Amino acid sequence: MQKKRKLGRGVAVVGTGMSRFGMFKDKDSRDLLVEAYSEMLSSVDKGVDPRDIEAIWLGNFSNDFYVHQGHMGPIVADVLGHTPKPVTRTEGACAASTLAFRDAVFSIASGYYDIVMAGGVEEMSKVTTEEATEGLALALDRPYEGIVGFTFPGVFASLANAYFERYGATHEHLMNVTIKSHNNARFNPKAQFKASVHDIMNSRIERAKKRGQPIPTWKDEREFLRDLNANPMVAWPLQVFDCCPMSDGASCILLVAEEIAKNFTDNPIYVIGIGQGSGRPLHTGASFTSFEANKNAAKEAYGLSGLTSKDIQFSEVHDCFSIAEIIHMEDLGFFKEGEGYKAVEEGLTRLDGPMPINTSGGLKCKGHPVGATGTAQMHEVWEQLRGEAGERQIPNKNLRIGASHNLGGTGGTCTFCIFERR
Amino acid sequence: MEERPISAISFHQFLNEEKLMGSKCKKCGTLFSPPRPICIKCFGREMDWVELKGKGKLVTFTCIHVGPPWMIKEFGYDRKHPYCSGVVDLEEGVKIDARIEGVDPSKPETIKIGMPLKVKFLHRGEGENLQTYLAFEPV
Repeated sequence: MQKKRKLGRGVAVVGTGMSRFGMFKDKDSRDLLVEAYSEMLSSVDKGVDPRDIEAIWLGNFSNDFYVHQGHMGPIVADVLGHTPKPVTRTEGACAASTLAFRDAVFSIASGYYDIVMAGGVEEMSKVTTEEATEGLALALDRPYEGIVGFTFPGVFASLANAYFERYGATHEHLMNVTIKSHNNARFNPKAQFKASVHDIMNSRIERAKKRGQPIPTWKDEREFLRDLNANPMVAWPLQVFDCCPMSDGASCILLVAEEIAKNFTDNPIYVIGIGQGSGRPLHTGASFTSFEANKNAAKEAYGLSGLTSKDIQFSEVHDCFSIAEIIHMEDLGFFKEGEGYKAVEEGLTRLDGPMPINTSGGLKCKGHPVGATGTAQMHEVWEQLRGEAGERQIPNKNLRIGASHNLGGTGGTCTFCIFERR
Repeated sequence: MEERPISAISFHQFLNEEKLMGSKCKKCGTLFSPPRPICIKCFGREMDWVELKGKGKLVTFTCIHVGPPWMIKEFGYDRKHPYCSGVVDLEEGVKIDARIEGVDPSKPETIKIGMPLKVKFLHRGEGENLQTYLAFEPV
């Protein structure tokens, strides 16, 4: 019998920050991290002295590969003026910064520290798409998955095919996820693609006119998405608009012991659920339409919080690919298995729906600098819970419980965190 | 009885010899392929090698247009010339990742989940540099 887990003491979020996400030829990881860090410090309502931050955890998947820079911990310590205090790099592929967050939470819960920061950074735009694909594929199971040519999009495409076969969904249903994410991203000033699919389609038409090229005759955004010239195949059935982009970016979150939270803000957000799971490579999984690591992360987070999936009012989920958003929503219990795609089709996950998903635009549109994604998702939850999300604010006056779900690799590492405004 | 260590390296050596191998737990008899040194069912740590027949069915697959640079270099694939990778459910009841050959990856709708497949060993290089990629093709 597993004992009921609890944190040794409560942990609160009192500030967050996020850099712009995008492809920046003129910015490196340090610049992006400084951008996110500065915003985090400014976001603390009553202020924080950076000298009071006792330790930092930083998620970074693979700057080693992308920009030939390993050992990011001390580099960050130096840039932020934090030496000689400890900075630890965590690696969990695309879930790296949620692992940073988790360790940071435990450091406060244990009583060892009172004020710590977690964050993440990744710099992916300095290599070609093929090279970046290879970089991400480092997180695959090399001797069995990687060696037979699987890529990240390839694994998720295989899951999509299995999902279609099992539940009767089609690629048309995946388009609903893409269209919804782009609609949300219109209102996110930091998003890599701050435009609806419709806007992008129209700008392509305008561009063709300007250049005197044949003018495309797409009837609507779906026809645009079906066009393999406009939306090329990456790994069948996933096309470019089913896949998150390569991005540069950084994000940070400031955590303090619950009993001192009000020294920093009258409006802290409390960490009430935290869960993590591990999964196996594609071939060993019992299911191709679900992640065992997701279910363990959800079980841990719901167990700690005493909540169920019905209590979660909105969530960021790891939509590295359109199919992933659907599978995660089912694994986390927001919708029944095999019904996630119908929920998206019915508009239930829209910004104004009963269960808004990826109000930030998600990885697809906000961008996915992999090591920065986990704490960037929390930044969105923080803004939503505090009513600071501007035009993309969820229109629910009673927003109290939000969550962030982060996945690393092809489901090897999954995390789920639940936050509460009291 | 085969004495090689139960490992990924041994598995790939066997592929060079055109043998698809798995490991079987001496304690509870559970079969694994790819081979495992530790039984994840009973946690037994003594395994025997077992040769598999190399027959199975396609469980799921994809046709990859944007592949990693080494696949492009080694096999000449690119965005206009995709390749197929998939998961095969073997007759012995284990699943394995493999390249799927003998299908047309530019017409993925013609490739069917459930189609019967048999093993094919894709050899590249010679001698010390021999590398064999596990593939399956339609029966």
